[in-house]
This record gives sequence, C-alpha cells and structure tokens, in this order.
Amino acid sequence: MSTKKLAIIATKGTLDWAYPPFILASTAAALGYDVQIFFTFYGLQLLRKSLDHLKVSSLGNPGMPMPMGMDKWFPVLAQALPGMQGMMTMMMKQKMRSKGVASLEDLRNLCAEADVKMIGCQMTVDLFGFQPSDFIPGIEMGGAATFFEFAGESDICLFM
Amino acid sequence: MANVDKELDARGLNCPLPILRTKKALNDLTGGQTLRVVATDPGAIKDFQAFAKQTGNELVESGEANGEFTFVLRKKA
Repeated sequence: MSTKKLAIIATKGTLDWAYPPFILASTAAALGYDVQIFFTFYGLQLLRKSLDHLKVSSLGNPGMPMPMGMDKWFPVLAQALPGMQGMMTMMMKQKMRSKGVASLEDLRNLCAEADVKMIGCQMTVDLFGFQPSDFIPGIEMGGAATFFEFAGESDICLFM
Repeated sequence: MANVDKELDARGLNCPLPILRTKKALNDLTGGQTLRVVATDPGAIKDFQAFAKQTGNELVESGEANGEFTFVLRKKA
C-alpha cells in the first residue's frame, strides 16, 4: 500500500480557522499520511513565529455561540465596539483551555515534528511585505505550481 | 487488567490530542508490544477504532468505566 497524501490550502488568518488545517494535518500525519499545507493570503498568519495575534470575531459570524445567550439579545452593531473582539478572543481561548483543546502552537509543533510540510505562498509574502524572519523556521516558500506538484498526486485535497 | 508495556494518560485531552499522543507513545515501542491509553474524550471510541484500522496497530481491548475510556493497542509488527 503506497502512502496516502493529504494536501491542504489554508487561507484564513483567524483563531478559529487556524484549527482545522493543523488538526487535520497532524491527525493525518499520525495515521501515516504524507501531508503538505499551502498557506496563502491570510493563512500566512498561521506561519508567523507567535500566534498570539490571532483573533476570533463574532461579526459576520451568526453561528458563533456566545456566553449568556448573548447571540440572542446582544445587538450585532455593539459587537463592533472597540475591545469586543479582544474579549471574544479571550473567552474563546479560556473555553478551549477548559475543554482540553490543544493550543495552536502545540498543534503546529506536532505538525512540524510529524514532518508535515508547510509552504508559504511567495506571492502573498511579497504582497503583504512579510520578511522571512517573520515566520517559523523549517518552512518553504513557493507558488501555485509548487502546490500542484504535491496536490496533483494527493488522495485528499482540502481548501480551508 | 492485562499487563501492558506502556501506559498513556490522555484524560482531559480533546481531539486530536489523544490520537497524536498515542501515535507518539507507539513510536517508543517495538512491534508486538502493547500500550494502554486512558481517555475522557467521548469521540475517542470511534477515533481509536479508525486509528487502528488505518495504521494496522491492533485494538486489543476497548472499554468504558465511569466516563473513562480505556484502549489497549498492540503495535504492528
């Protein structure tokens, strides 16, 4: 049986959307898959050295459960007030900790240990003016063609 | 309870950590050796079956008591 391959495109730079790529990549690696993640546009945020800046927003996200049933009575407009995003993020992190959900840093480290190959989109790096020193070591930079080299051979390909 | 070669406490951990820690723990064993994992994540029951099926490590034992799930895996030879 040849090794199965999982290719993921990570395009989101929020705390909540940082989880799916790292959870699926680390799990697939544990199951014996060869895994590559291509980080493009806001997904590049997930390759930065610190992940402390990642936030979750309730704005434009009616599916997000909020404490005290706030999603039922708290005006959407008020969620745009300064500090609200920081508060939501803090509460989400607390909830994750209390439920034994891994931190993003841990999951990313587990991916790296399991030889998940992480590729940053060179075009987006140039577009947003990132420096190589902004990112964790051990990643590669590449373009769409680099991604397809692996994705074209993959058994599963996911866009997130 | 049968004797095992290694124990892993995955209580309080949520998906996918029990599986990831299990994989790591199995790396320290040689083929045929056994690992007992205790977890509290209710998703672990299905996940351990799926893990065993896909990796070829045998799920020798699977049980539940007082909200804790116990799995014994035998590493693939």
